[in-house]
Amino acid sequence: MKIVVFFKRVPDTGIPVQVNETGNDIVRENLNYVVNPYDEFAIEEALRIKEKVGDAEIVAVSLGDDGAKETLRNALALGADRAVHLKVPTTAFVPPDVTAKAFHQFLSQEGFDLVLMGKEAVDDNFGVVPAYLATLAGVPLLTYVVQLEIGDGKVKVHRETDDGAVEVEAPMPCILTTEKGLNEPRLPTLRGIMMAKRKPIDEVEVTLSDSALSLDHMEMPPKKEAGVVIQDEFPKNVERLLEILREKKVL
Amino acid sequence: MRELKKQGGGFLLEDLQPSEIFTPEDFTEEQRMFGQTAEEFMDREVLPNAEKIEQQDFHILKTLMKKAGDLGLLSVDIPEAYGGLGLDKVSSMIIAEKLAKQGSFSVTWGAHTGIGTLPIVFFGTEDQRQRYLPGLASGDLIGAYALTEPGAGSDAMNIQTKAVPTPDGSSFVLTGNKQFITNAGIADLFIVFAKVEGEHFTAFIVERDTPGLSIGPEEHKLGIKGSSTCSVTFDGVKVSQDQVLGEIGKGHRIAFGILNIGRYKLGVGAIGASKEALKIATQYAKERVQFGKPIAEFGLIQEKLAWMALRTFVTESMAYRLAGLFDEILQPLNPQDPSYPQQIWKGIAEYAVECSILKVYGSETLDFVADETVQIFGGYGYTSEYPAEQIYRDSRINRIFEGTNEINRLLIPGMLMRWALKGKLPLIPKAAATLKESLTLMPSRLSRPEGPLGEEIHMLSMAKRLTLVLSAVAANRFKEQLREEQEVLAALANMVMEVYAFESALLRALKTKSPLMEDAVRLYAPAALRSMEEQAYHVLPYLAAGDELRTLLSTVRKLAKLSVLPDRIQLQRSLAKKVIEKGGYPFGT
Ligand SMILES: Cc1cc2nc3c(=O)[nH]c(=O)nc-3n(C[C@H](O)[C@H](O)[C@H](O)COP(=O)(O)OP(=O)(O)OC[C@H]3O[C@@H](n4cnc5c(N)ncnc54)[C@H](O)[C@@H]3O)c2cc1C
Repeated sequence: MKIVVFFKRVPDTGIPVQVNETGNDIVRENLNYVVNPYDEFAIEEALRIKEKVGDAEIVAVSLGDDGAKETLRNALALGADRAVHLKVPTTAFVPPDVTAKAFHQFLSQEGFDLVLMGKEAVDDNFGVVPAYLATLAGVPLLTYVVQLEIGDGKVKVHRETDDGAVEVEAPMPCILTTEKGLNEPRLPTLRGIMMAKRKPIDEVEVTLSDSALSLDHMEMPPKKEAGVVIQDEFPKNVERLLEILREKKVL
Repeated sequence: MRELKKQGGGFLLEDLQPSEIFTPEDFTEEQRMFGQTAEEFMDREVLPNAEKIEQQDFHILKTLMKKAGDLGLLSVDIPEAYGGLGLDKVSSMIIAEKLAKQGSFSVTWGAHTGIGTLPIVFFGTEDQRQRYLPGLASGDLIGAYALTEPGAGSDAMNIQTKAVPTPDGSSFVLTGNKQFITNAGIADLFIVFAKVEGEHFTAFIVERDTPGLSIGPEEHKLGIKGSSTCSVTFDGVKVSQDQVLGEIGKGHRIAFGILNIGRYKLGVGAIGASKEALKIATQYAKERVQFGKPIAEFGLIQEKLAWMALRTFVTESMAYRLAGLFDEILQPLNPQDPSYPQQIWKGIAEYAVECSILKVYGSETLDFVADETVQIFGGYGYTSEYPAEQIYRDSRINRIFEGTNEINRLLIPGMLMRWALKGKLPLIPKAAATLKESLTLMPSRLSRPEGPLGEEIHMLSMAKRLTLVLSAVAANRFKEQLREEQEVLAALANMVMEVYAFESALLRALKTKSPLMEDAVRLYAPAALRSMEEQAYHVLPYLAAGDELRTLLSTVRKLAKLSVLPDRIQLQRSLAKKVIEKGGYPFGT
């Protein structure tokens, strides 16, 4: 069984970002990068499946500049068997349809039984690569997976919805996107990190295809004005609130 | 033989090129990943349990140690042949630094992996290593080290615990009391020091459940309250011959030598704890509003933040420079060689002076940082509801254990003197020549090196000169009796430490060419030179009188003269600005 896990390296959301002067990207110097948190659920689940079924190969794949290798090394340290770096000649924004096409091309050469990927990347939050990819690959897509079982060439999953969970089944090959709550991702052990050095990272140069999307510009959200705290007692406070809302022409 | 400048203590006599020192900027990707695992282990597993740890929930503590073992965090310094990872010392230090975020856990981990485990790594027989190291590496066994006794603290040679051979010679019977033993309450294994027939200092491996061994109640401590510290009583504890560790009569070598490792690890731990404190203090300073603005905008708060970051930076530069020196001598060794552990041991002992320097400088940096953290928190820093109070309490032990800072200060010139007398270091002729030359030297006429930090390079060479001048004067005055002159020795120790500190920071800035680090050195250099000058004034009137004293004082004055004074207020403010922007330590991670 072959499990492909896609990874994206993203800026650490704990540190505020700045838009650059031309407004076409964020300032990349001195950024701290991390593995997209939702992808951590994906690799963890792949490792658990492998631990259960035994005969499985986990291939970690990331599209990006050379920094992507760091992310892949982390996946190898966790226990992925090998890694593929889809190398692109830019550090900046790659539109999701372009990414999906590159992934599709990779998958059609590689073959797979199961693709696991985070439900979205926390940098641009598009969350559409899995859907594009499943469409291109012509395989079922199960999103927001919070529980997963495998057997008989099928996957059975619980998908998180607003008011509960839906149980769905699909034949493999298929694509699953992982949601928080699916599992508790492990940390790479020191020995795993040492072993990662000995595992291959294949590099594939990717030429970016045209996109249906174009990035117009980026800007920082406007600074919030200082708020007003209404300290009056009820019902005066409601009256005051209405007054303000009318002043601001909200009502 | 290593080049002089890379020998232990050699930095006093020769200069290194910036490219010759190791710095945190040289970490490999793998080393960073080790650090990340350690750090995330702390964030995910340890910190959420900090409150329980502090209430001495030993079940949690042991579970966490086991989890640390699963990740490999207990096997870093254990050779691969015994279930360890046999990692380099840089990796080992990175991990120690990251685990220092929580004092009690850090001390538990440090005692276990250091003084509790390493004596077996370095001195165990093949059988002892096979028997104990895999368990110590996995966390199934917890180790402790029992040297101190009620009557033998700093004076550890004076232990009274006796080991009496049984008539058939197969075993020893241990009797005595040990005091302040870290991990005693949770340990499975004790490295115990006793005197065979009341005379021959010897180490033993004693298992916890051996009849006659009992553990006293937990001490009520000022800090690191979650770690276990108890007395251990040996009341006719019978251990077989094969529990002797190393040679009978040579146990003091184990007891004292292992402390070298404890000391550099303590220094590195101080860096991790200082960074954590700085982060917490910075965050608070940004949030706390007085007089209508965040206190981080006040000059005096910025001054604190700047110096907290700066001293941590200096300690970090010292520590990883030492790690690099260790690895240079340890890497070429062959782990398959049966004497491998012994060779590592010797390699580390080569840098005993640097280990003591790091212990003292690191613990005092952390105390400074912890103290300023409380101050930045104001009244809230004094209450246990906020983290500053615990940081302050937890920091304090570091100046006491692993040899008090007084004892380590005495050791620094003590070891240098011993090496000088043995001819290992050409300190005596060099100091004498420097003294002679300095009397007529005109530092102001010396040309400064080209490029950035030229003035600071000059200042460092004057700092080394001052140290050698004072060493020569002290040695001339007291000869071998100098070892009785503690205040003079401590002044010399302070100067030697400052040279190593200043040089480590300077070389790092020159190597990385980082403008931030260059400014840090511009800020640090005058303070370093001035504090050394002060040390000289402190002792010179005791060492000389009359014309000689006058000549010496003017020599010191001209060597320590600052010919260019940077605008330190601006330097402080801009460093503080970086700290505030970054939310903590601004020189890397
Ligand atoms: C929390 C904690 C954990 C510990 N863990 C361990 C452990 O795991 N294993 C272990 O064996 N020990 C342990 N110790 C013991 C520790 O190493 C000793 O407390 C320390 O070495 C000092 O000894 P002492 O307490 O007897 O102080 P003393 O030696 O009595 O020192 C008192 C003061 O006198 C000074 N002094 C002593 N001798 C001299 C001298 N010659 N010249 C100048 N000044 C001097 C000291 O610097 C100090 O300021 C621990 C202690 C504590 C508090």
